[in-house]
Amino acid sequence: MTVNAESTVARNTALPSEAPLDEPRGGRRRKQGGKARIWLYVALILTGLVIIVPLIWIFLTSFKTDYNAINQPANPIPNPFTFDAYQTLLSSGQQPIFRWFFNSLAAATLQTVIILVTASMGAYALARLEFAGKKIVFGAIISTLLVPPVIFLIPNYLIVQNLGWLDSIWAITIPGAAGAFGIFFLRQFFVGLPGEIEEAARIDGAGDIRIFLQIVLPLSRPAIATLAVLSFLTNWNDFLWPIYVLLSPENLTLQPGLSVLQGAYSTHFGIVMAGAVIASVPVLILFTLAQRQIVDSVASSGLKG
Amino acid sequence: MASTSIAPVVPQSTSSGGPGRGRKTGTAYLFLAPFLILFCVFVLAPAVYGIWISLHTWNPLLPVHPFSGFDNYVDLFTPGSLTFGDFWQSMAATGIFTVCSVPFLLVIPLLIAVMLNQKIKGSTIFRGIFFAPYVLGVAVIGVIWKYLLDPQLGVVNHVLEAIGLPSRIPWTVDVPWAWVSLVGVTVWWTMGFNTVILLAGLKGINAELYDAASVDGAGAMRKFFSVTLPGLRPVMAFVTTVTILASANMFGQSYLLTNGRPGNTTRSAIMYIADQGLAQNQMGAAAAMSYVLFAFLAVISVVNFRLQREKTE
Repeated sequence: MTVNAESTVARNTALPSEAPLDEPRGGRRRKQGGKARIWLYVALILTGLVIIVPLIWIFLTSFKTDYNAINQPANPIPNPFTFDAYQTLLSSGQQPIFRWFFNSLAAATLQTVIILVTASMGAYALARLEFAGKKIVFGAIISTLLVPPVIFLIPNYLIVQNLGWLDSIWAITIPGAAGAFGIFFLRQFFVGLPGEIEEAARIDGAGDIRIFLQIVLPLSRPAIATLAVLSFLTNWNDFLWPIYVLLSPENLTLQPGLSVLQGAYSTHFGIVMAGAVIASVPVLILFTLAQRQIVDSVASSGLKG
Repeated sequence: MASTSIAPVVPQSTSSGGPGRGRKTGTAYLFLAPFLILFCVFVLAPAVYGIWISLHTWNPLLPVHPFSGFDNYVDLFTPGSLTFGDFWQSMAATGIFTVCSVPFLLVIPLLIAVMLNQKIKGSTIFRGIFFAPYVLGVAVIGVIWKYLLDPQLGVVNHVLEAIGLPSRIPWTVDVPWAWVSLVGVTVWWTMGFNTVILLAGLKGINAELYDAASVDGAGAMRKFFSVTLPGLRPVMAFVTTVTILASANMFGQSYLLTNGRPGNTTRSAIMYIADQGLAQNQMGAAAAMSYVLFAFLAVISVVNFRLQREKTE
């Protein structure tokens, strides 16, 4: 980006009439741009506050006493500061949030592993091998990217029921791993890998399994890491499917569990907010650690057209 | 959308085989097998099975599911049938939500992206903050805003009261406020996603175009409309399509925040279909509804795609 384009847009959004066009990079520009710049920061900081204040408020509410959570909604400060809400949650037999947490962790991990294995193998074939029916297979896979998930809701429920998977971890991991996104995402990356190392390995007599395991996978570490994070997040946050296929309280994951908490504790908001915090902390940590991968993969999704 | 935006990425080089690049049909299908088995069982089969279900009166609690031809579809278009009123009310709810949320989800992220596209300090931090709510699940979003917007005990009304503004707003229980809440919460939750995509699009616009526009004496506004927006068009088309489809698939916000209230006014199409099929045991009717919704979305996608292409030409 050039300074020119940047200052143009800055004026446009903040102070359209302030700075003249085509100003040199001198002190005068800096001074006038400075005023526009302040408004720019003001706008960004205000937007940031709108985003972040509700989250902080919820976090603080989870440390209030039950009484204060209900009776002092306008005061965000937990006084006294307690872990009552968390203690109530963790000791509840009816809503075993600890169990839900591990169910969520197990399901998200299992589905991520299944996706990484099946998608990377399939993507290798689609990206690096020539074979009969390739266009049909690839076409079938990407055409389902356009189908709204609701189409699969009723039939997959019956399929999962017939497999005897209702109310089990299989219901919330296997069907979701069949989606086209993972294989498509990795194929796009594998296609872009340079062919030379692979050709050299082939001349040395390496087969496809070795090339896949020892060349393609190691070279694709960033893409695989990104897919792992995205898959984990998607499964962890899944809501519609688990509320219908998970039945017994001890088999729930955190997201449908939150809905149960909301029903069970209706106005005891501190307890429900503690549940929301427990469901959010792992993904927010993951986001903090993998922010670049997550944001970059989203950013590039629009550039393919 | 996805498929159309994807095609150009396919490089030419892979299809021309180098040495050792003969056809390897057997090997390829061995590599593809694990994925294709899952894909056939949980994507292809249900897509067809769903049509089959929709042609039956399918109550999962009964041993027999009598074939009923297109009755489930005909019912959806017959005023006075069991499903007609509720189904179209839910379709209208989804329509209202989509029409109200999509403009905000395009304009606000565009403005923020333009601001973030300046050389400012901490732009990565801002970007991260704006994106953060998007990594939270809809269940978290639903329960926290259910509390914040609770008409009697919620934070928003009490804060409004404390600063002397109207404070008895029925955020989650009456229209139009329920729509304001659903749209507002969705914008708050997902605007960072669109912002990030649009920001990448802005960075891809050739800076020389701005220089050329300056030489021609274009002002800031002029540049925004004749350089920025046209340059952003392909990305904007993608974001528009993805946003329309995401809004049309809205479920969790209605389910948790308003529970469809008042009455069933804010019950979305997905919420009604899921309820009919998986709670009320009307699987045939629900499957038919999902295909009608799909048809609507397909038409909207095609029209949207055509419009975007016409503009480009």
